[in-house]
Amino acid sequence: MDLTRRKALALGTGTLAFATLAGLPAFASLTDDAIAALTGGAEVTEGGIDLIAPEIAENGNTVPVEVSAPGAVEIALFASGNPTPAVATFKFGPLAGSRSGSTRIRLAKTQDVVAIAKMEDGSFRKASATVKVTIGGCGG
Amino acid sequence: MASGVKPRVKVPKKAAAGDVITIKTLISHKMESGQRKGDDGNLIPRSIINRFTADFNGQNVIDVTIEPAVSTNPYFEFEAMVPEAGEFKFTWYDDDGSVYETAKKIAIG
Repeated sequence: MDLTRRKALALGTGTLAFATLAGLPAFASLTDDAIAALTGGAEVTEGGIDLIAPEIAENGNTVPVEVSAPGAVEIALFASGNPTPAVATFKFGPLAGSRSGSTRIRLAKTQDVVAIAKMEDGSFRKASATVKVTIGGCGG
Repeated sequence: MASGVKPRVKVPKKAAAGDVITIKTLISHKMESGQRKGDDGNLIPRSIINRFTADFNGQNVIDVTIEPAVSTNPYFEFEAMVPEAGEFKFTWYDDDGSVYETAKKIAIG
């Protein structure tokens, strides 16, 4: 392929546009991507789900979080400021006593923790909580 | 198999039929996230438990997909319905293919 001036310019512009896009807040969009992958682009409404996380976590290596959403079939947790946003997904079986669960997670820095619940009717609910992290929990 | 893996589970000894009980589970596991660097400056490869399930008499209670962002010694607390006497079975799936299992009986009374 011979590279004409016109082609070279077009290529340059395209690359620049791509670089600009990729340079936007990468972590936030990673979380949005992960949420979109879960919901399939469906609308996510606030409310109907409780996310309990500490306001300040001294140690990002183990941050207790608790989530509950009556009527949910699945609850996914995301940490927007981590290198990989996915944290854990709870799927509830026929003998689940309540649609809730708690665990301990790692947070790399001060950030929002987001919980997305998939409800029985197929809708999605969202809750988020900001956690201030004193010591990050992702090594480095 | 990762060394020193020991599951610990807290289930009440008995419950009334139809009761909802709280179960706490913890398994000792280093949960290497794959993000940390070792002394030699190279990344330590990821080695985590990637799935946890709890079943009662063959029926599923909870099925958790675990990512590296879950802490060392993964802890889970959840609630289960107990329709009859029987046995809870807890299973953890390691990245390296190992499966750790433990079971707890519960009586009606």
